[in-house]
Amino acid sequence: MAGNREFFYRRLHSLLGVIPVGLFLVQHLVVNHFATKGEEAFNDAAHFMESLPFRIFLELFIIFLPLLFHAIYGLYIAFTAKNNTVKYSFFRNWMFMLQRVTGVITLIFVVWHVWETRIAAAFGAEVNYQMMENIFENPWMIAFYIVGVISAIFHFANGLWSFFVSWGITVTPRSQLISTYATLGIFIALSIVGIRAIFAFV
Amino acid sequence: MQETQAKTVTFIVSRQDSPDATPYQEEFKLEYRPNMNVISALMEIRRNPVNSKGESTTPINWDMNCLEEVCGACSMVINGKPRQSCTALVDQLEQPIRLEPMRTFPVVRDLQVDRSRMFDSLKKVKAWIPIDGTYDLGPGPRMPEKKRQWAYELSKCMTCGVCLEACPNVNSKSDFIGPAPLSQVRLFNAHPTGEMNKAERLEQIMGDGGLANCGNSQNCVQSCPKGIPLTTSIAALNRDTTFQSFKSFFGSDTV
Repeated sequence: MAGNREFFYRRLHSLLGVIPVGLFLVQHLVVNHFATKGEEAFNDAAHFMESLPFRIFLELFIIFLPLLFHAIYGLYIAFTAKNNTVKYSFFRNWMFMLQRVTGVITLIFVVWHVWETRIAAAFGAEVNYQMMENIFENPWMIAFYIVGVISAIFHFANGLWSFFVSWGITVTPRSQLISTYATLGIFIALSIVGIRAIFAFV
Repeated sequence: MQETQAKTVTFIVSRQDSPDATPYQEEFKLEYRPNMNVISALMEIRRNPVNSKGESTTPINWDMNCLEEVCGACSMVINGKPRQSCTALVDQLEQPIRLEPMRTFPVVRDLQVDRSRMFDSLKKVKAWIPIDGTYDLGPGPRMPEKKRQWAYELSKCMTCGVCLEACPNVNSKSDFIGPAPLSQVRLFNAHPTGEMNKAERLEQIMGDGGLANCGNSQNCVQSCPKGIPLTTSIAALNRDTTFQSFKSFFGSDTV
């Protein structure tokens, strides 16, 4: 394992982006969507998630540690690339660049979002419908959340595409093309879920 | 009235006197000749090294060898695109024609670059088939004709460096070996005799600067002058190394 640390880290980075971080993202978006059914439905769903047993361990091993590794190693990956979309404006090269840009935007958004909700909760604030409604009283925060959520979803959907390539699942150009359409579909579907939830609080 | 002025071709060449010197641009105007290519134009400048201001200058340095796009030596960036200058026809290029060296590699002088790192990578990944022994090893297993034809496409790689130049992950901040030597691993692993050293090559590209550095921008496959399916090779190797890593971690036949 000593000789191929980079290989191991890269593969771990790719895996953690999907399992568990990507799955957590989907679950989070789905829970948020309860907001479209009204205040009570959202609070019930949020409360159910909060009252899961061993919550701190679930958060630590399913969210915080994998996310931290993915974020820090991802920054290293993003900043070792020398983007060249001006010279080589191919579709996949644009996706390559956007994957890095959305990764950085998502990180900034997630840090802010965790500070505003989970860390605030640790200091005694209650995370509920009311809290989100208060945040969204500021129209700039709505814009920030839309950009953050869309970035996160794009990063997940496109990351899923490269996950399939990195693990050698989609090898042929045809399978990679179909995978492009499939992940595009995931991006659109989850974006609808995410945006609907945001506007449910407004 | 008939056009009396002779048609000219303009070149803007990025020049650099030594590996560490600051690059500068020099413009050249040449008389048009039918079927001119970039190399014949550079030869013309070499014959009479005078720039467009009429000043006498040094001849331009560049690499070339086969002149038929099989050796890969004359690669340079022509109008922003890395390609071979021998097959870059002046009639098909927008003017002024801008020539630059492939700066992903160390520039030796003017348009000449040092591609040694690619040859070093080929040595690292053992891009050959070992047939030497202390006794006659015999003829070895046969390769099916269908597979030979498929492998022939991968063998067209001329180590020209265009894929490394196009790759956003091959740069001074990373030690990624680039797509070309990776695809050669797939070629030699596909050969029935080469396959005997498959694990060794896979373990090598699982090392630092290896396969995992690919970020799937897929510029390489779009830029390869030989149309080699580089990204298919990379994805296939991703699969092979997945199995190889499971084999070596959980323990199974590792060779």
